[in-house]
Amino acid sequence: MLGLAKKDFTLLAVVVGLTLLAPFILNPFPEGSGMAQFNAGYPDLMQRFVIFGIFAIGFNILFGLTGYLSFGHAAFLGVGSYAAIWMMKLVTTNVIPAMILAIIVAGAFALLVGFITLRRSGIYFSILTLAFAQMSYALAYSVLTPITGGETGLQLKLNDPRILDSALVGGDQARANLFGVNMSSSYEMSVGGWLFTFNAGYYIAAIVMILAFYMAIRIFRSPFGLMLRAVKSNQQRMNFTGLNSRPYTLAAFVISGMYAGLAGGLMVAMDTQVGPERMFWTASGEVVLMTILGGAGTLIGPVLGAGMIKYMENIISKINSTILHQWFAWMPDGLEDFVVAVIYPFIGKGWHLTLGIIFMLVVIFLPGGLVEGGQRIAGLFRRKKTADETSTTPAE
Amino acid sequence: MSKSNFTRRGVLKSGAVAGAGVALPTIFTASSAAAYMNEPTGGSVTLGFNVPQTGPYADEGADELRAYKLAVEHLNGGGDGGMMNTFSSKALQGNGILGKKVEYVTGDTQTKSDAARASAKSMIEKDGAVMITGGSSSGVAVAVQALCQEAGIIFMAGLTHSNDTTGKDRKANGFRHFFNSYMSGAALAPVLEKMYGNDRKAYHLTADYNWGYTTEEAVKSSTEAMGWETVNAVKTPLTQTDFSSYIAPVLQSGADVLVLNHYGGNMVNSLTNAVQFGLRDKEVNGKNFEIVVPLYSRLMAKGAGANVKGIFGSTNWHWSLTDEGSKAFVRSFGEKYGFPPSQAAHTTYVQTLLYADACERAGTHNPCGVAEALEGFEFDGLGNGPTLYRAEDHQCFKDVLVVKGKENPTSEFDLLEIVEVTPAEQVTYAPDHPQMGGADASLGTCNDGA
Repeated sequence: MLGLAKKDFTLLAVVVGLTLLAPFILNPFPEGSGMAQFNAGYPDLMQRFVIFGIFAIGFNILFGLTGYLSFGHAAFLGVGSYAAIWMMKLVTTNVIPAMILAIIVAGAFALLVGFITLRRSGIYFSILTLAFAQMSYALAYSVLTPITGGETGLQLKLNDPRILDSALVGGDQARANLFGVNMSSSYEMSVGGWLFTFNAGYYIAAIVMILAFYMAIRIFRSPFGLMLRAVKSNQQRMNFTGLNSRPYTLAAFVISGMYAGLAGGLMVAMDTQVGPERMFWTASGEVVLMTILGGAGTLIGPVLGAGMIKYMENIISKINSTILHQWFAWMPDGLEDFVVAVIYPFIGKGWHLTLGIIFMLVVIFLPGGLVEGGQRIAGLFRRKKTADETSTTPAE
Repeated sequence: MSKSNFTRRGVLKSGAVAGAGVALPTIFTASSAAAYMNEPTGGSVTLGFNVPQTGPYADEGADELRAYKLAVEHLNGGGDGGMMNTFSSKALQGNGILGKKVEYVTGDTQTKSDAARASAKSMIEKDGAVMITGGSSSGVAVAVQALCQEAGIIFMAGLTHSNDTTGKDRKANGFRHFFNSYMSGAALAPVLEKMYGNDRKAYHLTADYNWGYTTEEAVKSSTEAMGWETVNAVKTPLTQTDFSSYIAPVLQSGADVLVLNHYGGNMVNSLTNAVQFGLRDKEVNGKNFEIVVPLYSRLMAKGAGANVKGIFGSTNWHWSLTDEGSKAFVRSFGEKYGFPPSQAAHTTYVQTLLYADACERAGTHNPCGVAEALEGFEFDGLGNGPTLYRAEDHQCFKDVLVVKGKENPTSEFDLLEIVEVTPAEQVTYAPDHPQMGGADASLGTCNDGA
């Protein structure tokens, strides 16, 4: 269906199901219980899950298929964000034009960067893209302050022109919307002790992600995708057979940049603010981590990796020592302090450490990322089937 | 290979699914029935402490968090009450805020606007915080302030010194107790005139971002007003760690004062470089070469070590002040943590108390009621003398301390001495001052998120 093989369609259906039911799935613990700390079903984090999912899906089209490791992808995210916020400031606060402009501008910038950097491959390519991203960051941070707002960034202001929108009345503020539906409006459903939040912005972002995921499946399964895999497995041999691989890699780079731009545009649509640190090299590194953690070259992997990292960043980092003491209050005093002291370095500001350990474990024991972990677990239950049928081999 | 197998049935089915998907968000747009955003309904009220726990300002963040915890303890009636006893308003009873026990959640801003907003959003959406406070960089403060305005939450700014926070980026839901670049310039100028005369040539090194720009502008305009000449103003990248190449041209320029518009690690490095180059032993135009640092903090003075001796700067508050409020605060902070608080700790503690007090006086947690109670509020006893929360831009106006690096420090905390307390009138400016965004800057209207 939809031009997909049965297996891919099932995967798409699973992703659709998971994203649409996310408010339920991510809020498994009742409000007020001790475990509510681990609930992730609030609008901002759900939006981040899908936005970074899009970013990672796009990155995976380049890295997973062609093997070109771009270390400057955050630059396209940032450029897309700046384009989107200017669209919102100058023309309209409707999110659709903003996202379209974000994709176009990021794509154009990717074309320029890709044209220059794709002359080299391997580590030289990575360094070149990193240089471009850091350059964009530095420009946005200080030199281009009139356009980018410098360190403070850009936000919607009351006195922005917004030529297509009607003037604000009374105490209204300019808000990102989709034909009048406010991105921050939510419907809260309380069932027993549980509270589920259905946020308009989240569902719009989720639909965009599903479309982006569908596009990615089509690209993976197309002749074009096959060509990109050929680049990854042996570019030299490909060149010797008379094929010019440059147009293919450049196209992959631009598509991937447009995905990043879309993610940047969506970030602005959900939260109308842009700052230059969105383009910092750590942000570029983060998307590499997401892709590898989830499983490079697989379809669903990058989305899982993005979710994992954002969950750690937003949930683990908020556990503080007071909360730990509450959890272990049932222990004898000395033991409680000891246990808290052991766990403390790994939570709160130590979330980077926990993430690092998980990343190392995944890379060492599950080279195929979380997807491989899932396949191994599935394999345990389905011993009878042949192994090669159940595993989707990542692109080589 | 892809294969297209569009059938009428398939298209209809997928169309229906897509349609349902698009319609979904419009079904769920009803907002909740609370009177205002995150109205506390149980026996407790949650405050959000959003400070940098990692990154370049983690030290300041840690000290802010200590002060917040102390403030919560005092508000809930624990400890010795600290500055609640010296505060001129007596609305706080030590029974929480409006009888509700104060609880708090913490978050890490990483000194990045995006991370700070994500953390603040989770406090608002997940933890139900009614007030967000913290931050130790102006970029973060401006970003989080705008978020709180959108969400309908009160924002009590922590350590943010740039003019923009209550200047061109001021918001109706945001309040700042800390002083700003303009006040630093206005407070420093008379002292510099007295010490160094009014015939000086200044050379600025400025950190290349918003705070640097506003500070340079403020110091420049107030020193030029008393007759100084600005020879040159050079921007330095924020990530710079070695300033030798920027210091060398200073001597050739004929300047006899170097102004370092740097903060944190930048200032530690640039000052150390300048002193190592022997600038302070030089004589130019028949006068001693001098260095000025507009914004000082104890943590910076500690980093720069002996190099700060005799160097002038301004600060919001210092623990060696001897008024009753400061003494009470230093005592309870010292008893709890074993060392004196920094200015970051002071301003965040005061902001928490001011918020709680405004709730009590307004009789509600509603952000608009609280904002009304804070606007034009005059108070005393919180360490800075008589202070006014100005209604036009939500900036506190109070005395500014001009300090200099101590020649003979007695401990690692005793690094600065107060040279002069510049009275509030001297640092007061019009709300539509050109450095503060001019006539365009407006607070907008208060948003309670309902």
